[in-house]
Amino acid sequence: MIRVDSLSLCFAGFGLRDVSFHVAPGEFFALMGPTGSGKTLILESIAGLVDRARGAIRVAGQRVDHLPPERRNVSLVYQDNALFPHLNVLDNVTYGQRYHGIKEDQGRRMALDLLERLALSHVAGRLPLNLSGGEKQRVSLARALACKPDVVLLDEPLSSLDPQFRGDLRVTLKDLHRHSGLTFLMVTHDFVDALTLAERAAVIRGGGLEQVGAVNDVFRKPATAFVAGFVGMKNIFPVKGDKECDLGKEARFAVPGATGPGHVALRPEDVFVSLRAAAATHKVGLPGTLLAVWREGFSWFAEVACGDSRFTAALDRQFLDQGKLDPGQSVQLSFAPESLHFMPEV
Amino acid sequence: MTRGDRPGRGGFPQGLPGRIFQTWLALSCLLVLLFIVVPLARTVLSPDSERMWETLRDADVLRSVGLSMGASAMAAVLALIFGTPLAYVLARREFPGKKIVESLIDLPIMIPHPVIGIAFLTLAGRNNWFGQMLGSMGIEIMGTVTGITVVLLFVGLPFYINTAKAGFESVPLRLEKVSRSLGASPGATFFRVTLPLCRRAMLVGMIMCMARALSEFGAVVIVAYHPMIAPVLMFERFTAYGLKYSQPVAVILIVLSLLFFFALRVVSRPKRIQS
Repeated sequence: MIRVDSLSLCFAGFGLRDVSFHVAPGEFFALMGPTGSGKTLILESIAGLVDRARGAIRVAGQRVDHLPPERRNVSLVYQDNALFPHLNVLDNVTYGQRYHGIKEDQGRRMALDLLERLALSHVAGRLPLNLSGGEKQRVSLARALACKPDVVLLDEPLSSLDPQFRGDLRVTLKDLHRHSGLTFLMVTHDFVDALTLAERAAVIRGGGLEQVGAVNDVFRKPATAFVAGFVGMKNIFPVKGDKECDLGKEARFAVPGATGPGHVALRPEDVFVSLRAAAATHKVGLPGTLLAVWREGFSWFAEVACGDSRFTAALDRQFLDQGKLDPGQSVQLSFAPESLHFMPEV
Repeated sequence: MTRGDRPGRGGFPQGLPGRIFQTWLALSCLLVLLFIVVPLARTVLSPDSERMWETLRDADVLRSVGLSMGASAMAAVLALIFGTPLAYVLARREFPGKKIVESLIDLPIMIPHPVIGIAFLTLAGRNNWFGQMLGSMGIEIMGTVTGITVVLLFVGLPFYINTAKAGFESVPLRLEKVSRSLGASPGATFFRVTLPLCRRAMLVGMIMCMARALSEFGAVVIVAYHPMIAPVLMFERFTAYGLKYSQPVAVILIVLSLLFFFALRVVSRPKRIQS
C-alpha cells in the first residue's frame, strides 16, 4: 500500500538518508525513533507536505511523489490533534468528504456512524475547545477516516495524552484498524505503543533506517546496538573477534552465535541478581557489586558493577524480600546464554 | 528590624528599592495619562455648546467629515483586498529579500507624510507621463476623492498588513497541513481554515488602517486640498478664522477617534477559540 524508495531530504543540518520501506495493504506499521530522528519528516513526505524530498513514494500502487497533498488520498493525524477550532465536531469530521466525492447526506451519515463507534455522538455539536484530550484525538481519528483514505498517517497520536486516556485510545486505535481494514502508518517514540498496535516496524536514527521488520523481531532481535538500546535492552556490551565479551578485570563470558566483532545485548528482565550465598541457577554467572536500587512504577531495578562494566537488572520480589540491600554489597549476576542477542558489526 | 527593612546586598535596605520602584511606576503612569488626556480634554471642553451645535449643522463640516470617513473606509477595504495576499505570503513563505519587503511595507509609517504627498504629486501629477496616462484613462489623482483614497491607503496599508500578518502567523501551520491532507486545495484551505481563524485580526487591521487614514493630514493636503477632508478643513479654519473656529471640528475628530478606539478594543478582545 505504501512503498518508499530511496527517500532523501536535506535541510540545514539535518536530512533523510536513502530511506526505503514498504507497508502492506491493511497493515499497521510503526515508525519508531527518538525525538529529532526524522520520523515526522518521513510521514509528511508521504503526505506531500515537505518540499524538496527526493526518491519515489507510492501509495496504493500509484506514484505520488509528484502530486500535491490533496491528491494523494492519505489522511494525517497529528499528536496535537490539529482540529479546526472554528468548526464543531461534526463539521470537523465531514471537512474532507466533499473533496473525495462523498455526497453531503452520505458523508453526514458516515460521520455520525464514526462518532457513534468512537463514543463521540454526544459531542457532535461541540467546538474542540470544549473537548477533553482523549475526545479531541478520537475526533481527529474520525476526521481522518471519514474521507475514506487509502492510508492513515498517525504522528505520535498517543503521546500528548495522560496515561488513562492513552490506554483507552490504544484500544480504540486497534479496533478502528481492525474494523476499517485501512493501512495505518504510525510514528512513535514509545515502544509500548508499537508493541501493542503494530505488526511491522522500522527504527530510524539520524535520518536513516536502522532496521525494518516484524515488530517482534525488532524487539527480540535488534539489528544494531542503537535499536537494542531503543527497544529497552539496557545491557549492551562490545564483543571482540574472539566471540567473547570482555567486561574487564577478568570478568568475561562467551557469546553463543557470535560470528565476529559486534555487540551483545541483554534485557534487564533476563538478568538475575542474587546474594553471593545463593546458588546461580543459570548457566552464566558473574560476580558483581551492587551500585544502586531504584523503582520505576511497580518494578524495581538494580545497577550492578561487573568488571569495568555495569549491568541493569530487573529485581524480582523474592530477591527484594531477602532483606537489606546496600550499595557496595557483593552479589551474583546470572543469565541464560540463550537470552543473549548478538549483533554483528555493521 | 522588620523583614522588609533587612539590609540587602551592599547594605541597602531591601524595602527601599521596592518603594522607589512602585513610586516610579505610579508617577510615570499618571504623567503619561495626563499628557494624553489633558490636551484632548481641554480641546473637547473648549467650544461652547452653541458653536458646537452650529458646527454640527455646518454642511461643509458634515461633508468633510463624511469624506474623511468614506475615503478612510474605502482605503481600509482596498487594504483588505490587496493587502491580505501580501500579509499571507509574508506570514507563510520564506524567500530571499523578505526582510527588505517587510521594511518597504513599514516605510509609509516612518517617512514624513508631506514627503508621501510630494511623491504622489511627482508620480501622478499632470506633468508626469504616469499622471497623463491615468488622466487619459479618466483617472485623476490630484485634487480628487480618488487621490485622497490612494494617499490614505498608502499611509494605512502598513497597519493592515502587519496586523493581518500577525493574525496569519497565529494560525498553526498544522491546521493547513491537515486540511491539505484531507483533500482541500491551497485555496480551499485558505478560505475554509486560515481566513475564518484570522478574521478577527483582519478586522482589527482594517480598523487600525481606517483610524490611521482618518487622522492623515500632511500627505492629503498636498495631493488634494479640495475636496476637503476633516483635518484639512480644521487646518483651514484655524489659519483663516483662528483657534475658536477650528476647535469644534477638532472635537468631532477626537470623538470619532474615540469611537474607533472603542471598536478596536471590542473587536480585538480575545475570543476563546483555540485548537
